[in-house]
Amino acid sequence: MRPVAVAAFAQTTHTGHDTGLAEAELILPIIRSVREQSGLQEFGFTCSGSCDYLAGAPFSFVSALDAVGAWPPIQESHVEMDAAFALYEAWVRLQHGDLDSALVYGFGKSSMGDLREIMTLQLDPYYLAPLGLDQLSYAGLQGSAVSSDVKKIARRSWESAQTNEFALRLPEPVETAPITDGAAAIVLVAGDLLRERTNLAYINGIAHRIDPHYPGMRDLALSASAAAAATAAGVGKGHVDVAELHVQFAHEETILVKALGLGAGTDINPSGGPLAANPVMATGLIRIGEAARRVMDGTAARAVAHATSGPCLQQNLVAVLSRES
Amino acid sequence: MGNRCAVIGVGQTHYTTRRRDVSMAGLVREAALRALEDAGLTFADIDAVVIGKAPDLFEGVMMPEAYLADALGAAGKPVTRVHTAGSVGGSTALVGASLIQGGVHDRVLVVAYEKQSESNATWALSTHLPFTSSLVVGAGGYFAPHIRDYMRRSGAPDHIGALVAVKDRLNALKNPYAHLKIPGIDRAMVESTPMLWEPIRYLETCPSSDGACAMVLSSEKAVTGTPAWVHGGAMRSEPIFRAGRDTVSPQAGIDCAADVYRQAGVTDPRRDLDVAEVYVPFSWYEPMWLENLGFCGVNEGWKLTESGATALDGDIPWNASGGVLSSNPIGASGLIRFAEAALQVRGMAGEHQVEGARKALGHAYGGGAQFFAMWIVGAEKP
Repeated sequence: MRPVAVAAFAQTTHTGHDTGLAEAELILPIIRSVREQSGLQEFGFTCSGSCDYLAGAPFSFVSALDAVGAWPPIQESHVEMDAAFALYEAWVRLQHGDLDSALVYGFGKSSMGDLREIMTLQLDPYYLAPLGLDQLSYAGLQGSAVSSDVKKIARRSWESAQTNEFALRLPEPVETAPITDGAAAIVLVAGDLLRERTNLAYINGIAHRIDPHYPGMRDLALSASAAAAATAAGVGKGHVDVAELHVQFAHEETILVKALGLGAGTDINPSGGPLAANPVMATGLIRIGEAARRVMDGTAARAVAHATSGPCLQQNLVAVLSRES
Repeated sequence: MGNRCAVIGVGQTHYTTRRRDVSMAGLVREAALRALEDAGLTFADIDAVVIGKAPDLFEGVMMPEAYLADALGAAGKPVTRVHTAGSVGGSTALVGASLIQGGVHDRVLVVAYEKQSESNATWALSTHLPFTSSLVVGAGGYFAPHIRDYMRRSGAPDHIGALVAVKDRLNALKNPYAHLKIPGIDRAMVESTPMLWEPIRYLETCPSSDGACAMVLSSEKAVTGTPAWVHGGAMRSEPIFRAGRDTVSPQAGIDCAADVYRQAGVTDPRRDLDVAEVYVPFSWYEPMWLENLGFCGVNEGWKLTESGATALDGDIPWNASGGVLSSNPIGASGLIRFAEAALQVRGMAGEHQVEGARKALGHAYGGGAQFFAMWIVGAEKP
């Protein structure tokens, strides 16, 4: 595949409450930041991820275009998914060879509604949603299917987050990702733009897969789609120094570590992970950003990022990043 | 634009007000199976699935790709969910094509749908983001002022909209999948219907439909059956609230058309294209888009419509299928335009086939006329 690298990453200082900023105001500073970091004012392709249900209105991505400053008109698309999947779409678009840069961003304000109940609407509307299981309930189903030291995972994540200036300042460890408002942006470069830059995190592999929707159709103690995505992305081809995993519930880390084949030598969620800040729709993109940041600052030679969507880790994306193309 | 990509299968459901006999999953599966049958393939031959639909608030299912994965045979595969407002059907085709053009996959299933009988689109379109005011008008109320300004600028006579409403519904009589079938429709009938949003009368608007459309896209080496080759694809977006933007003829539409024409080697769209499937949800958008897409000069679009050039027997038929005015499962409406363009150049459009069609445009727009997606497909390899 054509070499593509992360050239810039920015995220908001996440909050556990509504600060009065609209979504466009939330992303404006971080888009300005990745423009400065990358030295690029315009991008060949732009792709974002957001969810209308967080704001309770259609087209939440429309006003975000104001923050991008899409004038003259830009080549742009949007996924109603975590922005990690928007990054995947941008990576695919850069494979065509005619464009050399892409802006990717995601944002979400979970503070505006009841996230746990909103997530119920993600279930099969005929057979599952009427049962009224909220997000915590179906995560609990999966949690009871796996043996996991959730207290240890929660404590380690909380301790790691103490040095993450963007994470929430939680008074104590939590096993459930906190309600968070926030956003993130990444710039991808390819072609000639790679040669002009030295501090890059190359995407060596990236893939995603989905599992059947119904929890009863899956072995909830495992994640077949995460394992398949990890294989396709080439996680096992070398040592993994750092892994940033989209762990919204502590037990999911145990499932993902196994699915991705990560060993004791891998530092899991050194940023604190989603248990320290979970701006829904940007959380997965932040995993890629955090993994890239560690490659770029030299603390990791090879890093893995993971993003998820759907109930009980139904859909999983895995990316491998390193300094080498 | 990367590797070659072709449409090798098209599947549609019969668009109608209410499909009580199927769930949303049943609806998308029906379209997908027809597309696979057309391509002579099964779900096992598909590498990835791209799903598009308009806002989740319509049916009240958030990120429905999670739920629809099973019905689309997607378990174990990559699934992407596209949402770019009304243009989403077109964007879905382009995102699917991108996976092939980028060399990532050989066969991609793209599916878009709306089940309007289980939704309330005008309500969903009238709610608003926190800290912003609601227009409380739905789509017709939003676009009517743009149409009135087009009429003022161009000096178009009042009856042009009715002509489009009649023409597209006559075409729909020849399309087995079309929703609205109104035998004997004429200008007098259209002009006798109630005024909804001045100047848009009831029969000048699109219906609310249940329906799904699917396509199988293929790399060159994986082609089966009769391919429609993608000669170009483009998307453009502009901000809805930019002061000074022209909402009657948006720059993003002009730029998107220029991009896709350049890729496909089209210099005069009226001459170089044989047929166009263009997103016309309100009758007056035909003359407006004729100008925006460069099929004629500024303020000349209504004259082209009036002359009959865009009729099925005209020199550049627009919406031979009956268009959005005859079938509107919102999230799928853009994909249907792209699919109908492919059917035309494959020579498989049946009774509404434009004879000898070799090159066709598929077009979709959305938001406040700010998101555009287009492709050009051809019978010959690009």
